[in-house]
Amino acid sequence: MIKLEKLSKIFETPNGGTVMAADKVSLEVPEGEICVLLGPSGCGKTTTLKMINGLIPKTSGKIHVAGRDTDTIDPVELRRSIGYVIQQIGLFPNMTIEDNICIVPDLLGWERSKARKRAAELLDLVNLDPSIFLKRFPKELSGGQQQRVGVIRALAADPPVLLMDEPFGAIDPINRAVIQDEFLKMQKELRKTIAFVSHDIDEAIKMADKIAIFKDGKLEQFSSPDDLLARPASDFIASFLGSDRTLKRLSLLKVSDVMLSGRVRVSAEEDVGKARDMMKEAGHKNIVMVGPRGRARGYLHLNDVVEATGTVEEHYQALPTTVNVDADLRTAVSQMFRHDTTWMACVDDDGFFKGFITQRAISHQLGATYRDTLAEDLT
Amino acid sequence: MSRGILGADASDSMKTRAVFVIGIALGAALTVATQGYLGDIWRIYSEDIIYLTKQHIVLVLVSSGLAILVGLPAGILLSRDFMRRYSETLLQVFNIGTTIPTLAILALSITLLGIGFKPAIFGLWVATLLPIVRNVFQGLREVPAHLKEAAQGMGMTPLHILRSVELPNALYVMFAGIRTAVAVNVGTAPLAFLIGGGGLGELIFTGIDLNDMQMLLAGVIPVGLLSMLADYTLAKGQFWLIPRGVNPLRP
Ligand SMILES: Nc1ncnc2c1ncn2[C@@H]1O[C@H](COP(=O)(O)OP(=O)(O)OP(=O)(O)O)[C@@H](O)[C@H]1O
Ligand SMILES: [Mg+2]
Repeated sequence: MIKLEKLSKIFETPNGGTVMAADKVSLEVPEGEICVLLGPSGCGKTTTLKMINGLIPKTSGKIHVAGRDTDTIDPVELRRSIGYVIQQIGLFPNMTIEDNICIVPDLLGWERSKARKRAAELLDLVNLDPSIFLKRFPKELSGGQQQRVGVIRALAADPPVLLMDEPFGAIDPINRAVIQDEFLKMQKELRKTIAFVSHDIDEAIKMADKIAIFKDGKLEQFSSPDDLLARPASDFIASFLGSDRTLKRLSLLKVSDVMLSGRVRVSAEEDVGKARDMMKEAGHKNIVMVGPRGRARGYLHLNDVVEATGTVEEHYQALPTTVNVDADLRTAVSQMFRHDTTWMACVDDDGFFKGFITQRAISHQLGATYRDTLAEDLT
Repeated sequence: MSRGILGADASDSMKTRAVFVIGIALGAALTVATQGYLGDIWRIYSEDIIYLTKQHIVLVLVSSGLAILVGLPAGILLSRDFMRRYSETLLQVFNIGTTIPTLAILALSITLLGIGFKPAIFGLWVATLLPIVRNVFQGLREVPAHLKEAAQGMGMTPLHILRSVELPNALYVMFAGIRTAVAVNVGTAPLAFLIGGGGLGELIFTGIDLNDMQMLLAGVIPVGLLSMLADYTLAKGQFWLIPRGVNPLRP
């Protein structure tokens, strides 16, 4: 857990002025969560982060890390118990990858063989072959590989808390997305408490459990990514998040969040008339046809079967596309647009029909928050 | 300053090889010519050459050894944050110091220490010290700030950071400084004779005075060979002593 209480930093500038780089910042990162510090350049993200491990001495306020007041801990000991990743990666060019990873374990006096074994395990964790990379020097690694080593170096002594200052800032967008995914997968198991500086909104939305938005040293808003996008607390935040912030929410929502029940369905051998009645009753224009075990097979459109007789099988059309219930809405919407359709059948990993989503349901879900806020404003 | 040194070092391995080849060629020429002109020189001056070369080597080793011994800690000290306020000024003084001709420094050391071996060592030491201090300082200052920050952020102590991060990463520039300094030292050492410090300068300057070409060469050739040997040794040292990760000479 990381807890900041009214944390402030005032820098003296050479010409005698002062800069309020952090202004009474209070926030709490619960155990196992990622908090992204977000904001425009110079708003105090790095300053706030570096006060946590004492690289920048605070002017006033309190910092608790893993339940302990940092004022009561020797800074060197504190830093050894906190993983630290910087934007420039900071691998030491004079040391092998192995020695780089083992720095903190060595400082903590771990047995040599235990530390080296740990280094190999960690490399494995990020898909770098230890037999190849342990003895290499940093200059013999690609940017993305160096970045991965930078991250696992911070994890080497298994610290409960990590501080990361734009850790994926130095690589190209494609590689960055890959490393972000890898990191999130690791985090699912490791459950570290992480303060993560970023100035990339999309990265923040993807990584964060909570986002802290800063402006001129002040904490402007502290909430979950979806909440932030749905209810920005000020015009500054709204414009910082961008005019397409509603679309950004799509990647936070899952298909299952807006899926309508798939109970209305027919099977291949049933009568078309029955399908027609079911559609009319439910007020649907389409109905999904499933196989004997419930896999989505095709569909009927009401207009096509107004006069039809016989079984469903004789009249069905193939589904243009289906979407996985675990996919995010961004994927779903993109798929809908690509196939020029207003609805899609949703299936699970094995292809079983679960329900369907419609463009209306999605826009309704996205709009709901705005109507709520509007209603709150009016009452 | 260090840029210049680094620039010169870009073609280092080639230079080293060239020096090596020239050395061998000279050696070969020496053996072939034993019957001729050079042979005469050797027959006449071999005793002097051996004696004075030993003296010369002692001059070089002692003065540059002392310069390294003092220059290294001095450069490190100057590069510390708490010295920041003074280091620029001190380095300016040092820079002015390097523009003073070595002969003048030697002359000045007579006024301090009289004539003989000691003032010669002192003068050479001063001339060698300056480039060493400057490059040690420069090398340490040029270690990227983010490396020091990463080290500190992981909980290294200042001394540990100096030992494991700063010095290894500054080593190449520092070594370049030492190499230049020793080259200056070997080249200047013959002047030691002028203030009674001995060395191969004795043959050179006496040769000039007496207009004796053979005597002059008896001094000049060993001095040339010595400077090649020194540079070759240091180049090898630079190649092998600097860790692979921070050694631009090694792949
Ligand atoms: N050592 C310092 N002395 C004086 N002012 C400083 C110092 N370090 C930072 N500042 C000022 O404090 C403010 C916050 O800086 P900080 O580095 O925390 O910004 P940031 O949010 O990390 O920005 P960026 O996204 O550009 O990294 C800035 O106005 C900066 O100029
Ligand atoms: Mg920053």
